Amino acid sequence: MKKHLSLYVVKGIGLLVIWGLVYWNLEPFANWFTYGFLGLPQEHHFSTALQFFVFETPKVLMLLTLIVFVVGIIRSFFTPERTRQILAGKSEAVGNVLAALLGIVTPFCSCSAVPLFIGFVTAGIPLGVTLSFLISAPMVNEIALVLLFGMFGWKVAAIYLGMGLTIAMVAGWVIGRLKMERHVEDWVYATGPTAGLEDEKIDLTARIQLGRDAVRDIVGKVWLYVMIGIAVGAGIHGYVPANAMASFMGKGAWWSVPLSVVIGVPMYSNAAGIIPIVQALLGKGAALGTVLAFMMAVIALSLPEAIILRKVLKPRLLAVFFGVVAMGIMLVGYLFNAIM
Amino acid sequence: MKKIQILGTGCSKCKLLTANAEAAVKAMGLEATIEKVEKIQDIMKFGVMTTPALVVDGQVKSAGKALSPEDIKKFLA
Repeated sequence: MKKHLSLYVVKGIGLLVIWGLVYWNLEPFANWFTYGFLGLPQEHHFSTALQFFVFETPKVLMLLTLIVFVVGIIRSFFTPERTRQILAGKSEAVGNVLAALLGIVTPFCSCSAVPLFIGFVTAGIPLGVTLSFLISAPMVNEIALVLLFGMFGWKVAAIYLGMGLTIAMVAGWVIGRLKMERHVEDWVYATGPTAGLEDEKIDLTARIQLGRDAVRDIVGKVWLYVMIGIAVGAGIHGYVPANAMASFMGKGAWWSVPLSVVIGVPMYSNAAGIIPIVQALLGKGAALGTVLAFMMAVIALSLPEAIILRKVLKPRLLAVFFGVVAMGIMLVGYLFNAIM
Repeated sequence: MKKIQILGTGCSKCKLLTANAEAAVKAMGLEATIEKVEKIQDIMKFGVMTTPALVVDGQVKSAGKALSPEDIKKFLA
């Protein structure tokens, strides 16, 4: 096993160096390819779009691979069982904060939302804290984070991260204050405490393999969406006039924030599919708060999720859950339009 | 005769795990029954928090992963 690990480390460092060399030369390469090799004219619709595509596609895919790998390794330290242990017995406010943070790093698939919910509440974790986790897990999404970072820089990525965490913490806390435990389906609390699996002891080599599996799994699934998205983005970048969106998604249009959320909530898309739309809207004069609100509404709340959660939440609590989160997203949208 | 149960509410990973379990059983030439447990109330009785989960003779062997046939073989040996 030891031999394996040193081999991985050497390979890893080698790959990282190559990664860096390629990454920092992508833009010169895209320029050379478009204007030098193909000899297309500067300042032209098609060449602008092509240069954008040739630059952004490898850039985003490379960032994605790196982050998914790192997140895959980090997640191997946080099983749902361990997260539950950390959250059990914490007071409510502290619990909300921790739950939102753990929502980012705990491996989570929306098809496990129901067993996870039951596992948490039957272990005595307060309802509001459990919901903080269930809001943060899909909303603060590593793919979204990477794409935002790659396309708009670290500030927008940090805003997204901060906004997502804040909404998860506050919305969970508010629902906790409303004391809605009796609006959880009765059979949930009748389920005895669940034991869960013993934590497997795994070594670093196995964690690296988990990171690699995550890359194969996630990047293998989303690369096509990313490319389609960038192609659409490239088209808009080259052809749509600047400020085309300003009149109805700009800061002046106060109703655009709630409208974005209302349109975004029932929609369901993975983050990889939605960011290029965000990119397109933002590039043509839409306001940042409005666009981020739309994006968060799409990835955090969806009709399929409502159907899944209906198994454990009575209609009233389900409505409150969606309502509180949607309100949070709207408020943050307004806030960012006001300060940016 | 081994009793294999796949816990999951029917997502794509659950179907993959079922198919892989069938492949593992076939490759090993085992005599085994494979049963899908799809009702959430029944799934919760096993105490898992993530699906799909693999249960062999009433014991939870793995949860939250669509194991490959190779991985499943280890739990059946």
